[in-house]
Amino acid sequence: MRLEPIANPTWTRSLGLPAVALFATVVVASLLAMIAGAQPFSVLGLIVKGAFGSKFATLETLNRATPLIFTGLAVAVAFRAKLWNIGAEAQLYMGAVFTVVLGTGALAWPAFALLPTIAVAAMLAGAVVLLVPTFLKTRFSVDEVVTTLLLNFVVLLWVSMLLEGSLKDPMGLGWPKSARLIAEARLPRIAEGLRLHWGFGLALISALVVWVIQRRSTLGYEMRAVGLNPAAARFAGIPVNATLIKTALLSGGLAALAGFSEVAGLKGNLTLDISPGFGYTGIIVAMLALLNPLGVVVAALFVAGIFVGADSMSRAAGVPTYLADIMLALALLAMVLAIMLTKFRVRRD
Amino acid sequence: MTDPRPEAQVVLRLENITKRFGKLTANGAISFDLRQGEVIALLGENGAGKTTLMNILFGHYTPDEGHVEVFGMRLPAGNPRAALAAGVGMVHQHFTLADNMTVLENIVLGTRSIWRLGFGRAQARQRIVTLMEDYGLRVDPDAQVGSLSVGERQRVEILKALFREARILILDEPTAVLTPQETDDLFATMRKAVALGLSVIFISHKLHEVMAISSRVVVLRHGKLVAEAKTSETDRAAMAQMMVGSEVAAPVVRRADPGAALVTLAGVSSPDIGSAPGLKNVDLELRAGQITGLAGVSGNGQTALADLIGGLIRPASGTFHVKGDAPRGWSPHAAISAGIARIPEDRHKTGTIADFDLTENAVLELYSRPGFSRHGWMNWRAARDFAAKIIRGYDVRCPGPETRIRLLSGGNMQKLILGRVLETAPSVVLANQPVRGLDIGALTYVHEQLLAARDRGAAVLLISEDLDEVTALSDVIHVISEGRLSPGFARGAMTPAELGVWMAGDGFEEAPHAA
Ligand SMILES: Nc1ncnc2c1ncn2[C@@H]1O[C@H](COP(=O)(O)OP(=O)(O)OP(=O)(O)O)[C@@H](O)[C@H]1O
Ligand SMILES: [Mg+2]
Repeated sequence: MRLEPIANPTWTRSLGLPAVALFATVVVASLLAMIAGAQPFSVLGLIVKGAFGSKFATLETLNRATPLIFTGLAVAVAFRAKLWNIGAEAQLYMGAVFTVVLGTGALAWPAFALLPTIAVAAMLAGAVVLLVPTFLKTRFSVDEVVTTLLLNFVVLLWVSMLLEGSLKDPMGLGWPKSARLIAEARLPRIAEGLRLHWGFGLALISALVVWVIQRRSTLGYEMRAVGLNPAAARFAGIPVNATLIKTALLSGGLAALAGFSEVAGLKGNLTLDISPGFGYTGIIVAMLALLNPLGVVVAALFVAGIFVGADSMSRAAGVPTYLADIMLALALLAMVLAIMLTKFRVRRD
Repeated sequence: MTDPRPEAQVVLRLENITKRFGKLTANGAISFDLRQGEVIALLGENGAGKTTLMNILFGHYTPDEGHVEVFGMRLPAGNPRAALAAGVGMVHQHFTLADNMTVLENIVLGTRSIWRLGFGRAQARQRIVTLMEDYGLRVDPDAQVGSLSVGERQRVEILKALFREARILILDEPTAVLTPQETDDLFATMRKAVALGLSVIFISHKLHEVMAISSRVVVLRHGKLVAEAKTSETDRAAMAQMMVGSEVAAPVVRRADPGAALVTLAGVSSPDIGSAPGLKNVDLELRAGQITGLAGVSGNGQTALADLIGGLIRPASGTFHVKGDAPRGWSPHAAISAGIARIPEDRHKTGTIADFDLTENAVLELYSRPGFSRHGWMNWRAARDFAAKIIRGYDVRCPGPETRIRLLSGGNMQKLILGRVLETAPSVVLANQPVRGLDIGALTYVHEQLLAARDRGAAVLLISEDLDEVTALSDVIHVISEGRLSPGFARGAMTPAELGVWMAGDGFEEAPHAA
């Protein structure tokens, strides 16, 4: 068996195969549900119903998708330039920490000035965390996969230290959590009485902005060139290292917005479990979206839907929620395989 | 070469092969036979459809019409496995070896199931060593492929085909990347193969090679078979005419009118690049309105010199001036801004980005200029117009500016690069192996453009391994050997034999420039 590159994949191939991959995921997941003792095809219906079946469920899914859109964008932007940022988790927590630092009363400004300030500060903080590995990469060729990954643990432990120390809520009865944000630092709801905050709107706008940057800006062109062929980019006078640095700023900033939006929008304070791995799930989202910024929105909704739907599905069908994790893993594997098969054909030898 | 016996068996028959890519007919109803012991040279301009035809023959592409017969048996279409089994071996224009594996592993790779762990190493090695001896293909079986020279890699490719018991060898432009010495070695191998009963299809744009090695020529033009002839009954001029459809005249070289020195190197040295030497105490002047030729066997410091003038490296010592200034912060961008047009040696690796379309490749060096972008936003309309202008002005054959450059033939890729750098009216042109892999039409065209640039007052540096090319075009010739540069010789001052002595590294001791 051998793989043979395809010069120019057809449209049916590059769109059809991912569709087949998703379908295959559903079939296999249904089989697993059957093994677990549920009605095979009811499981999918239950997940969809659980995720989008009611206004409450839909809003829950959108809330859950919000940080995933940010981290998915962060990863998509970086991967496009072949900057392997596995550290969106760390960048997210940096954003969250700075939101708390500035939003708990340090600046007594009105919301229209305070919120943008906090957002920018959070983005800068996230960007700095990614700048360090990027600098090590451009300067000393240190593999950024390792450094960004390890920084996740460093930052998480640091946040844990802060929550036991300087950021600890004095009224918190000893729990490791921060004080609550002041009202001016909270992201308002999109509509009165709707349980959906402006973080979601910001995520959609970010996706659109990133899409425009990639298609229309010189930076987007530089990022693609550096990702596809750094040697040719360098020869043509494209500043390769500067492009990677700018990519890192954008990527780290986007991931930090996830932290900002979770704290300022959803939770109102910082705890250690503010992200159940949104940074890592962002990689799945970006891959499922084939690194397309608008695709990230769809993929994030898909992933969030499975997570949210899985809870009610497991209650209704009596199967473990782990089924959702398995489904996601299957979807990712199938998608990666599908992406490969759009570029290669399998030949039997 | 002697003709094979006329009654020799037909080993390969192409029947009425047609292949279309969208609107473009890459191959139109092509039929011909290959007989045992024959070397057919397949000729044609860049983009004539030679590689496409060979890919069909080898099963990489499925033809729209027609079929292939090997030893009287019809091959299933689009099945390389069947072609291999039938005894067809192909050496691609661009190699397909795995860099991180040894020669032995590369050769054996794919002949055994991937599910089997051990693969009879000792046995395989024995066969490979025998093949090396039989065909005169010397290469260390345990070397990592990544560390091999291009010539050695090619030998591995040929060994790979022979290991699979190929009876028919297809060599797609094997000599484009070889030094003259390596080409001679390859021809010796081909002669041995023919003597052992193999048959060969050989693609080359170098007509003297075609004359030397082939028994028959088959000529394609715009995807159609336009002529077939015995090599002994034709000559270079006739072949050129068959390929292009009209007579090809070498460009007329008018007298040069040299002006000021635009680029000056004095006592410049640079570090070695891997196994290739850097520059050693080099003095060089590139004058306006003059073509300076750099002759020498490749791997003798040409890359270092091109990289230096092109902005990729800086001199370690010595003085380097561009238009009278010692540039500070020398970089590719600085070189482009200083009006240096660079035609890189490797158009696939450094000259273009394969998955970018023609528009994106056309503005690769210029996108940051006003006109193509403003305040950080691309003006794609201007970029497309620029690409369209190059396509028209430099006769780039392609479906349109939104074609990915990967799909262009080598010659057309080179024309795009040429257009991209010459459209900016540069004052210095750095042409590193500019006609490698180009057909005579395209080659003549590139030479005309270089001469035109010279006549406009540009300083041209022509780096080439082909001594004929250098002597025909250059007003001043330097020879480079192990990083040392000979003094400049005026046009006609030295015979090729005398230059050859310098190329071999002799003469430098007496030269005033030697360190
Ligand atoms: N996969 C493809 N899709 C679309 N067009 C293609 C494809 N492969 C080749 N072409 C086009 O078909 C034509 C013939 O290409 P081919 O590579 O066969 O030329 P060639 O004779 O080998 O040229 P060269 O001497 O430069 O190698 C070219 O115009 C090329 O752009
Ligand atoms: Mg070809």
